[in-house]
Amino acid sequence: MARRADPPAGLAAEFADAEALLRAARRLHESGYRRFEAYSPFPIDGLAEAEGFKESKIAAATLVGGFVGAATGYGMQVYTNLDFPIDVGGRPLIAQPAFVLITFELMVLFAVTACILAMLLLNRLPKLYHPVFDIERFGLASLDRFFLVVDADDAKFDRKNSRALLRRLGAVNVTPMPAADLEVQAEP
Amino acid sequence: MASQDAALDADYRHVTREVTRIPLAFPHKRTWWIAFLAALTLLGLYLVSAGVTFAVGIGAWGNDIPVNWGIAISNYIWWIGIGHAGTLISAMLLLMRQRWRNSLNRFAEAMTLFAVVCGGLYPIIHLGRPWFFYWMAPYPATMGVWPQFKSPLTWDFFAVLTYLTVSAMFWYVGIIPDLAATRDRAKRHSAQVFFGVLALGWRGAARHWARWRQAYRTCAAIAVPLVISVHSEISMIFAAGPEPGWMSTVFPPYFVLGAAFSGFAVVAMIATVTRRAFGLQDLITEKHLDMLGRLTLATGMMTAYGYFADVFGALYGGGRYELHTLHERFFGEVAWAYWGAVILNFVPLQLLWLRRWRVAPVALFLVGLSCTIGMWCERYMLLVSTLYRDYLVSSWGHFWPSFWEWTLFFGSIGLWLTLFLLFVRILPMISAFEIKEATFEEEEAAEASRG
Repeated sequence: MARRADPPAGLAAEFADAEALLRAARRLHESGYRRFEAYSPFPIDGLAEAEGFKESKIAAATLVGGFVGAATGYGMQVYTNLDFPIDVGGRPLIAQPAFVLITFELMVLFAVTACILAMLLLNRLPKLYHPVFDIERFGLASLDRFFLVVDADDAKFDRKNSRALLRRLGAVNVTPMPAADLEVQAEP
Repeated sequence: MASQDAALDADYRHVTREVTRIPLAFPHKRTWWIAFLAALTLLGLYLVSAGVTFAVGIGAWGNDIPVNWGIAISNYIWWIGIGHAGTLISAMLLLMRQRWRNSLNRFAEAMTLFAVVCGGLYPIIHLGRPWFFYWMAPYPATMGVWPQFKSPLTWDFFAVLTYLTVSAMFWYVGIIPDLAATRDRAKRHSAQVFFGVLALGWRGAARHWARWRQAYRTCAAIAVPLVISVHSEISMIFAAGPEPGWMSTVFPPYFVLGAAFSGFAVVAMIATVTRRAFGLQDLITEKHLDMLGRLTLATGMMTAYGYFADVFGALYGGGRYELHTLHERFFGEVAWAYWGAVILNFVPLQLLWLRRWRVAPVALFLVGLSCTIGMWCERYMLLVSTLYRDYLVSSWGHFWPSFWEWTLFFGSIGLWLTLFLLFVRILPMISAFEIKEATFEEEEAAEASRG
């Protein structure tokens, strides 16, 4: 991973509470910033939306997984019964009621697997190293501190003005970021 | 305002430190080792019993025609049933936004996972030739045959495998953020690497949280019907057979509720013990004990209705063999199990109507223990009472578990204990970030109401 000491590839602002972070993220987005990301020790309602996040790919992936699973489950039972037919007293070979349970179970299995894989893939996890871990106090982001990292690639980014803006929004301290936050994607 | 924020901050810090200190600097090492050695001894007993069973064959057990299932299958049902409570506490209460769940869901889910492992191993051992286990799976065999997909035993294979996989994934996704918090608190390099790898590099980014939440809630919504389907299916291995005392439409709900009941009783036992052992009184509070007591009482009374409906069905239907099986349950060789189930399940349970007993840890623990044993008796009674005397007098028989069956059963408790003790020793056993989230949201709501 390339690390550049100078010039800083962004700014990391630390906030003391969740409301300040939420307000700051909202204001930053309103002022036209797009390449920034907030970090918090627990999920905060509306924080990602304040950054312009809007996505329903996970629900779609779950739905597709469910359909594929149900089709696999039902198809497997139909196929095997036709492939090796066992006639038991003239009862139907394709016995729909008897096939319901396995169809349901495989639907659940595929749906949940798809859901979790989609979450990990969209989040680009696992990814054991990330430049934000180089921020000195970042370890506190899983404890009781809240961070906002603005990328230097942002069109609105200006070292002096951005720093002043973050200060005005209530950051308790603002430090330069050593390397680009590769993870943040530009919003259209 | 400022002082409130400071207090909130202290709250967050306190919660995470309380939770992560346990895996990082384990308290009560001595007690843990004593418990762990006891668990390992039982686990050894399990391995020896399974070894004897494999070497001698199923003849080492008391199973025979007509009772060819014995306690291997009744224990299987008992274990899986206990497991269901973890999923219900975690998933159902998440969807209903019951925030008090956050102190309980992590270890309840771990309990589920280990109980399903203990349960799932039983049918495999019961095969007698466990190396043919893969015959249950649909694979292109050289003889061209497939599993019998119209049989509840094949449904069982798919249901339990799905349940195990889904429980494991749901539990792991839920623990990732706390693994990251433990990684950030860890001082030793080995601990940093261990938790760092397990946390997958989680860093708490807002977009990650948003997707995580979507996925977690979706899985929870799917897990609730899954639980109901799994234990309904398990009741089908009884109810789908034309046997007196089994072939009843009340079985699926009766089994699901009994499962939830026994599981809540076990969660109550674990909650009282871990709270005491790790001094977690401010995370697992009286409110949690109260709610667990209520859940146990509610599901217990629903299970009691199942007993009533079962007896009523036999009497109202008036079938000759049904009535005979009912008579056997009341007065026959397994009457001890029937009355044991009724008394242990429902008599001490009545204490939980009063708050003072629900919040008394010792009382709650003892009631939970009584219900757990009672439910064991129920599973045993349902299985044996029907099989040992059904239609033809010429095919009546007796059943009593052999020495090796009992040791295998107690050994399976050792397997569970070993896994659970390792879990409390190594991983964050309470969901710290969800408690913080709830604290924050409650604070927000309070502020909004203050204006």
